[in-house]
Amino acid sequence: MTGAALLEVTDLGKRFGGFVALEAIELAVQDGERVGLIGPNGSGKSTLVNCMCGTLRHETGSVRFAGRMLDGLSAHERTRLGVARSFQLPRPFNTLTLAENLRIPLLYAVNARPGATLGALAIDERCAELLQMVGLAAKSAHMPRDLTQIEMRKLELARAMASSPRLLIADESMAGLSHGEVDDILALLIRLNEQGVTVILIEHIMRAVMHFSQRLVVLVAGRKIADGDPADVVRDPDVVRAYLGE
Amino acid sequence: MSGTKFVLALLIAAGVVFGAALLVGNSYVFFAGYVVLQYIALATAWNILGGYTGYVNFGTAAFFALGAYTTVVLHKLTTLPLPIMMPIGGIVSGIIGLGTGYLTLRLRGAFFSIATLALAVVVQTLITNWDFVGGSRGAYIVRPPTTPLLGIDYIQYLCLVMLALVVIVLATARAIERSRLGYGLATIRDDELAAEASGVPTLRLKLVATTMSGAFMGMAGAPLPYYVTYLDPTSGFNLAYAVNGVAMPLVGGTSSWFGPVIGAILLGTLQQVVTVTISSAVNLLIVGLVLVAFVIVAPNGILGLLRLQGRRS
Amino acid sequence: MEMSLDLLGNAVVSGVLLGGFYAAVTIGVSISFGMLDIVNIAHPAFIILGSYIAYIANTTLGMDPILASVIALPAFYLLGAAVYQVYYVAFERRGEEALRGLAFFFGLLFITEVTLVLVFGVDYRLVDAPYIGPSLHIGPVDLPLRLLVPCLVGLIMIGGLQLFMSYTFLGRAILAVAQDQLALRLMAANPTRIKRIAFALSIATTSLAGAVLIVIQPVEPSIGRDYIGRVFAICVLGGMGSFAGTLVAAMALGIVESLTSTFYGPSWSPAVAFGFLLVTLAVRPAGIFGR
Repeated sequence: MTGAALLEVTDLGKRFGGFVALEAIELAVQDGERVGLIGPNGSGKSTLVNCMCGTLRHETGSVRFAGRMLDGLSAHERTRLGVARSFQLPRPFNTLTLAENLRIPLLYAVNARPGATLGALAIDERCAELLQMVGLAAKSAHMPRDLTQIEMRKLELARAMASSPRLLIADESMAGLSHGEVDDILALLIRLNEQGVTVILIEHIMRAVMHFSQRLVVLVAGRKIADGDPADVVRDPDVVRAYLGE
Repeated sequence: MSGTKFVLALLIAAGVVFGAALLVGNSYVFFAGYVVLQYIALATAWNILGGYTGYVNFGTAAFFALGAYTTVVLHKLTTLPLPIMMPIGGIVSGIIGLGTGYLTLRLRGAFFSIATLALAVVVQTLITNWDFVGGSRGAYIVRPPTTPLLGIDYIQYLCLVMLALVVIVLATARAIERSRLGYGLATIRDDELAAEASGVPTLRLKLVATTMSGAFMGMAGAPLPYYVTYLDPTSGFNLAYAVNGVAMPLVGGTSSWFGPVIGAILLGTLQQVVTVTISSAVNLLIVGLVLVAFVIVAPNGILGLLRLQGRRS
Repeated sequence: MEMSLDLLGNAVVSGVLLGGFYAAVTIGVSISFGMLDIVNIAHPAFIILGSYIAYIANTTLGMDPILASVIALPAFYLLGAAVYQVYYVAFERRGEEALRGLAFFFGLLFITEVTLVLVFGVDYRLVDAPYIGPSLHIGPVDLPLRLLVPCLVGLIMIGGLQLFMSYTFLGRAILAVAQDQLALRLMAANPTRIKRIAFALSIATTSLAGAVLIVIQPVEPSIGRDYIGRVFAICVLGGMGSFAGTLVAAMALGIVESLTSTFYGPSWSPAVAFGFLLVTLAVRPAGIFGR
């Protein structure tokens, strides 16, 4: 019997007053999968992420992670359970250095889990390791305001990775990066995936999405209009009309 | 410097200050000194929630006065030594802080601030209507005939007690700064949403900060009845506490334990001088103007200005 | 203390009239906090300022206080524009509204109160006007003109503002800026200018509110603080930017306060407003008519 999906989103709906942001969203992500999520701006991708991660409360439907109902759990509890996300617009802790920014998930997510607790030295090493992975090791004692937009995105990704998640949701981490930098981040995410982390990649850069995804999901105006093999999805006439075409 | 060394340094500094005051031989030094010490404790307590966590408490007067009135109640019911009454005052104020926080901290910071403003008014109304503590007529508190420590006056004893509280509050503030808790509070201040996403239990930490802050304010207020010997709501909820609780940390600098100390010493001394030479109402006006000026022009306070100076030279 | 129906009825009527007055006092905050997201806790200070200006005009020139406040409207408008400009440059633009912006308004609140104490002292001040004193009697119900006139002024003010918001370009721009600043910018309107106008309007309302305050009750500098809880409780309960909601919430608070005052004594009023505030925040932060 195939195991239950790692993440199960069932009939999820979210309204803002009279505006329907998400309607009847169904999504199942298997353990170890690489899922791409695409759609036009304003289609509800970030809202879906916020609902899955507990930043927003959805009115209908449910979210299950590793068999557990997440409804009612706060965002920090979900992070501790293993759901991590990066923010589309980077939100660094501006009064902390880069290394200290990465310490936070280590102190509060990793160390809050039952089992091994990282000591101060191990935490410092892990921060250095993470900064190295995203190419920011040289700036570890700098403040976020000294970073370029692109470096801030990398920090954002590193901070999400720092919580040692089982599921990582990367929300447009590649926007504005050069060709080579996109490849770097892609390689990073694929390496993470090989280490066992399930990844949902939300992106507009089709090259990256196609290369990365084992499965492609398309969101338009708050509804899921396609979900399947990437090669098939990009040929789907609805998808072409709503997002890819012109 | 490690935590223990810091406490040791504080104790030595406290000893030196107290000894110097004794040598001066003028009891006015102790009367004025008590007020400044009280403000150091208040400003540092405020900063735990304000500077470290980013939540602004405008009801300093309420938490402070609750500590003072707890002492009044205890004094009327029984005889307890002051060092026992202070933690009790702290517990009362801490509980009120926890309650207010629990009701408002799930919402944005502005609602918490508004609630503390309204709380100050309500607590003052309640106390003014409570005859047991004297209501609007006030209560007379008789100081015990002998101090627990032989050889010093009662006012000197009060200063010693307040010095001890200051050491405790400063040591706690500094310990928080360098701890896991301090990091968590900083992330709440910087970006609460990102903090939650990073695993920080923001509500719990906010409640901890609010309770600690309120408790320390209550402890700072507990000895007040013995200092003034006559306590009525107008003096207990004096506007000075309301504005100084906010002004001193903001003027001194909110980023470290040292800022409120600077702010309290500078503004406290300034106020003593102005009250004596001009008037207490003008004094409050000056504090208000200084607060607004600093907030606009030097948002990081004196500490921030010093840091800028250090970077330029 | 017999619960006579007459007493109850009059308490309710007084509460409704009081509610109209409370709405007048709060409408400025519905604009500044409800629509512009500016936590102007100094709002009551401006109201008290309005009261004292009405007082001066009344005692030195014999002018009707409400008339005086209408004349003073432009001055308050300019004051509001100036305050917003400082607030914008020093805090909003830098993203520091949370701590420092709040402290700024608190400082203004404080400075105003202390300055008024220095200039006028702590004695209660009152005004003299032909409608302070007499009451209308409709059956068993007393309608003190002292309460009725402020209530009417409040209703007119809110009605006028509502019309302005709904039917003028500027008014709709203000509603727009409350919802989506980017869209407004794309329409080639300057959000900062719109917000400044709106904030100035909110301060202008305090001129009138101050005048009706001193008609209803004697004023001294510290009573501004009593109004902070009331004003924000009404604003939140009324759904933040909704004028109709503000009116309904104000009436609700007015009635509850009036009943409490009649049967338990007037000193508990601040507690009533605070209770309202806490309950609203805990139960339904979106208010009655909220978004």
